[in-house]
Amino acid sequence: MKTFIDWLMPESASTISPQVDAITYFIFAVSLLFFFIIVVGMIHFVIKYRRQEKLEKTSGVDHNTALEIVWTAIPTVLLVVMFVWGFRVYLDMSIAPKDSLEIKVTGQKWFWTFTYPNGYVSPGELVVPLNQPVKTLISSKDVIHSMFVPAFRIKMDALPNRYTVAWFEATKEGTFPLYCTEYCGTSHSKMLATVKVLPYDQYLKWLDDASSSMDGADPVALGEKIYARNACNTCHSIDGSSMIGPSWRNIWSSSQNLSDGSSVVVDENYIRESILYPQKKIRAGYQGVMPSYQGLLKENEIEGVIAYIKSLEDK
Amino acid sequence: MNANPSTVSYLEDKKGIWNWLTTVDHKKIGLMYLVLILGSFLVGGILAMLVRLELISPGEDFYSADTYNRFFTMHGVVMIFLFIIPSIPAALGNFVLPLMVGAKDVAFPRLNLASWYVYVVGLLLAFWALLYGGVDTGWTFYTPYSSEIQGPVAMIGLAVFILGFSSILTGLNFIVTIHKLRLPGITWFNMPLFLWGMYATAIIQILATPVIGITMVLLLFERLSGIGIFDPSMGGDPVLFQHFFWFYSHPAVYIMILPAMAIVSELISTFSHKKIFGYKAIAYSSVAIALISFLVWGHHMFTSGQSRFAAMVFSFLTFGVAIPSAIKVFNWLATLYKGSISLETPMLYGLSFLFLFTIGGLTGLFLGTLAVDVHLHDTYFVVAHFHYVMFGGTVVAFIGGLHYWWPKMVGKMFNETWGKIGAVLVFLGFNFTFMPQFIAGFRGMPRRYYTYGEEFTVYNVLSSLGAFLLGIAFVIVGINLVMSLINGKKASKNPWKSLSLEWETQTPPITENFEVDPVITHGPYDYDKVEVQ
Amino acid sequence: MSSSFHVAHHFSDAEQQRESAKLGMWVFLLTEILLFGGVFVAYAVFRVWYPDMFYNAHKALDVTMGTVNTAVLIVSSLTVALGIREIQLGRQKQCTRYLLATIVLACVFLVIKYFEYAHKIHLGQLPGKFYTFDGIAGTNPHVFFSIYFLLTGIHAFHILIGISLLTWVMIKNMKGHFSAQYFTPVEITGLYWHLVDLIWIFLFPLLYLIG
Repeated sequence: MKTFIDWLMPESASTISPQVDAITYFIFAVSLLFFFIIVVGMIHFVIKYRRQEKLEKTSGVDHNTALEIVWTAIPTVLLVVMFVWGFRVYLDMSIAPKDSLEIKVTGQKWFWTFTYPNGYVSPGELVVPLNQPVKTLISSKDVIHSMFVPAFRIKMDALPNRYTVAWFEATKEGTFPLYCTEYCGTSHSKMLATVKVLPYDQYLKWLDDASSSMDGADPVALGEKIYARNACNTCHSIDGSSMIGPSWRNIWSSSQNLSDGSSVVVDENYIRESILYPQKKIRAGYQGVMPSYQGLLKENEIEGVIAYIKSLEDK
Repeated sequence: MNANPSTVSYLEDKKGIWNWLTTVDHKKIGLMYLVLILGSFLVGGILAMLVRLELISPGEDFYSADTYNRFFTMHGVVMIFLFIIPSIPAALGNFVLPLMVGAKDVAFPRLNLASWYVYVVGLLLAFWALLYGGVDTGWTFYTPYSSEIQGPVAMIGLAVFILGFSSILTGLNFIVTIHKLRLPGITWFNMPLFLWGMYATAIIQILATPVIGITMVLLLFERLSGIGIFDPSMGGDPVLFQHFFWFYSHPAVYIMILPAMAIVSELISTFSHKKIFGYKAIAYSSVAIALISFLVWGHHMFTSGQSRFAAMVFSFLTFGVAIPSAIKVFNWLATLYKGSISLETPMLYGLSFLFLFTIGGLTGLFLGTLAVDVHLHDTYFVVAHFHYVMFGGTVVAFIGGLHYWWPKMVGKMFNETWGKIGAVLVFLGFNFTFMPQFIAGFRGMPRRYYTYGEEFTVYNVLSSLGAFLLGIAFVIVGINLVMSLINGKKASKNPWKSLSLEWETQTPPITENFEVDPVITHGPYDYDKVEVQ
Repeated sequence: MSSSFHVAHHFSDAEQQRESAKLGMWVFLLTEILLFGGVFVAYAVFRVWYPDMFYNAHKALDVTMGTVNTAVLIVSSLTVALGIREIQLGRQKQCTRYLLATIVLACVFLVIKYFEYAHKIHLGQLPGKFYTFDGIAGTNPHVFFSIYFLLTGIHAFHILIGISLLTWVMIKNMKGHFSAQYFTPVEITGLYWHLVDLIWIFLFPLLYLIG
C-alpha cells in the first residue's frame, strides 16, 4: 500500500504535504468503499434479477425508512469529517508563521521572478532554505497566473491588483518543479520555474553569490546566462527560427522592417530600447507581446545581452 | 399508412422544409434542436480529438500553441453552450415533456419556435467566430486576459448571451407547461421523475442564466469601450468576473446533470420493470440540488485569494450538494433490487451512467475538501472529474435517452446488437480516456497545457488512445441510429413496455399527441399493479 | 367555452390560457430581476471599495431631473393599471386612452434621460476610458459612470421595449381584439411595465441619493 500511495501523489517535500496526503488517502479509502458497494450491488442485482422470459408484475416496495436514514446519515457523517479535516489543514496552510522568510513572487507573461528581502531578483528559480518557513507574496504584472508547487501541495493565484499569500516549509533538499496553473495565453505551458531547497548556510551563500556574481563577469557569458535565466528563450531562438518573437541569430547590424512600415538597424540603442520599452518599435510580422524588463535587468546585464546578440553572428 | 387524417403521424403531417421551419409543434422543434445539437457535438468532438492528438507526446507536435489554445477553448465553448446545456432539455425534453403531462403542446408554442431561432443565431455567431480564427481564452473567459487579447472574444460573448436567452425561454416554457398543462389525474407526485428533473433544471435556467447574460454584456462593453469594471489597471476587479461567471456556471453544471439524472430515473425504472424506489426523495433531491447549486460558486475560487471564511462556507455548502446526489444514486440502486432487469441498449447507458457518475461524484469530494483542492485545483484531476460528471453523466444519459425515445421520435427501431456494441465501446473508451487523467492530476499536471513534462507521458498517451476509441464508438452509435432511419424495423407503440404516458400514444405520435385526452388510471411507475400489454 | 375564439388549440379553456400567460410573465420577470441583479452587485462591490468617490461622483447627477423622472414613471404605472381596469370593465376606448398616456409618459422619461446623458457626454463624465472630466475627487471616478451608464442604459433599453409592447397592445386594442373576456396581453404588458418602473425605484436612490 505504501508504494501505491507514493506513486499516486508527487514527492512530498513540505511540512504541509503529509497532512494533505493523509486527507487525500482518507477520502480515497471512503470513495473506494462506496464505489465498491455501488458497483458490486449494481452488478449483483443485474445478474440476480435478470428478466426471465415472461414479463411479470414486480415488487411494489418503494421505500424503507430505516434504510434511507442509514444511507443519508452515514455519508453525512463522513462528509462532515472531510469538511472539518480539510478546513483545519487549509487553515494551517493559509496562515504563515510570524518568523517566515518573505519572498515576493511576480508572475508575468510567461515567466516568474522571485524578489528576495535584500532586493535581489531571481528569475525562474526560487531558492529557499531547508526547514524554514517561507512566505510568498504573490502578484502579477499582467493577466492572472497561479503558482503551483506540487511537491509542497501549495497553489495560489497571482492577481494583477493585489497580493495573495502562500507559505511552505520545505523538508527535503532538492529541486522541484513550479508551474503556472491559471491559463495565461500562448506559452502558459512553458511558464515554469524550479524551486531549489538548500540547507540554510548554503542558501545564505547562494544569495550572497547570486546578488554579486553578475558583476564583473564576461559580458557574452553573462548575456547567455540571462538569455536562459530571464526566459528570453521562451520567445527568441538563437538558431534563426522564428518563435513568438524574432530570432537573435544574425540580426546584429542588419536592417529590419517594423510593423509601422519604417525600418531600423539593429544596434546597441535599438536592443536597449527593445528591452526597456518593447512596444516602441515592433518588428514587422510579430505581435507586440513582450513585457518591459525595466527594473529587472541591471545596466551591466543589458550590456551582456547586447554582447551576446553580437556574438550570435555566423562568421 | 392509415387514411384517417387524425391518426397521421406528426412526421407525415405537413411535410416540406417550410412547414418544418415555421412549425410550432414541440415534437418537430425538438427534432430540429436535436439535429443542430448533434452537429455541434460532432464539431466539439472533432476539436477534442485534435486536442488529444497534440497531447499524445510531450513536445510540440502537430500545430502551434496558439492553435492548441484555440482548439481547447472552442471545444469547451461548443460542448457546453451549444451541446450539453440544450441537449436534454431542448431536444429530448421538448419532445417528451408535453407527452408526459398529456398536453397537446408546450404552453407557448411560438415562443418555443422563437427559442430555436435564437439558438440558431447563437450557433451561427459561435461558428462564425470559430471560422474567424476562434478565441483562446478558455471557455471561462477569465479577465483581464479575455478583455485584453485580440480575436473575436466579443462575438463569442454575444453568442453565449444569445444562447442563454434561448435556454431561458425553454426553461420558462417548461415551468409553465408543468404547472398549468398537466392533465387532470397527473398530480405533482404522480408525474414521471423526468418532469421533476426538468422542472428543477428550468428553475436554474431562469435564475442563473441572466447572470451569465449580464456578465457577457459587461465583458462586451469592457472590450468595446473599456468600462473598466473588470480591468485592474482602471480600478476594476478581475476576480469580480470570476464571481459573476461562476454564479452562473456552477448552477449550469446542474443544468447539465439534473436532466441526465431525470432520464436515468426513467431508464432504471422502465428496464427494471419496477416501481422507482424513493420517488419523493428523488424529486425533492432534484429541487434541493437546484437550490443549493446557487450557493456553491465560490468553490471554483479556493485559490484566488478569497477570505478563509468564504472558503469555509463554500466548502461546507459544496458537501451539502453531495448528499442529495448520493441519495439519488442509492435510490436507483434500490430500484434494481427485485426488479425484472432487461439489458437493452438504453439500460446499458443507464447502468453506465450509474458507474461513471458515481466516480464523478466521489472525485468531487476531493475537490470540495479545502486542503486537497488547493493541490488539485486547475490540474488534470479537475478535467477528469468534470468529464466524468458532464460526459460520463450527462452525455451518456443523453445518448441513453436518445436510444430510449428514438423509436417514439422516428418510428423506427435501431439495431439492438450494434446499439449494445456502441454502448459498451463508449463506456470503455470513456474510462480509457479519463481515468489516466485523474492520476496525471494527482501527480500535479496542470490543465490547459500544450506541452508537458516527460513524467506525464504515459497518462497522456493512454488518454489520447482512449479518446480515439471513444471517437470510434460514437461513429458506431451514429451510424447505427442513421441506419435505423433507412432500414430500421417499424417501432411498436411501446417497445420497452413502459407505463409512462408518452408510450400510450401511437408511434410516432400524431401532431396533437393524443387522439383524445388520455384518462389517467395508473402512475408512471406502477409496475406492481399494472400488467403491461 | 364562452370565448373559444381566442383559445389556442392546446389549452383546454380560456382560464388555463390566461393563467399560463400570467405565470409565464412572472417567471420572465424573475429572469429580468436577476439580470439587473448582476449590475447591482457590481454597484455594491465598487461602492464598498470606493465609498468617498461614489459620494463625490453622485453629486454630478441632476437630482431634479431624476426626481421628475421618478414621478413620471410612478404616474405611468398608475395609468397602465387604470388601462387594465378599463379593459376588464370592457371599456376599450378608455383603455386606449390610458395606454396612450403611458406611452407618452414613457417618452417623456426618455427625453429627460436624453438631456441628462447629453449633459454628461458634453462634460466628459463617461464610462471607463472615455472619461475625461476632472472635477471629481477620489480614485477611479470613471467606475461610477461606467455603472451609472450601464444601469440606466439597460433600464432605458427596457423602457424602449416597454414602449413597443404598449404600442402593439394599444393598436390591437384599437382594432377591437380585447374585451372584458380576453385581455391577457394588456395585463401581462402591464406587469412588465410595473417591473421596469420598480427597477427605476431602486436605481434612483442608489445612484442619485447617496448620502
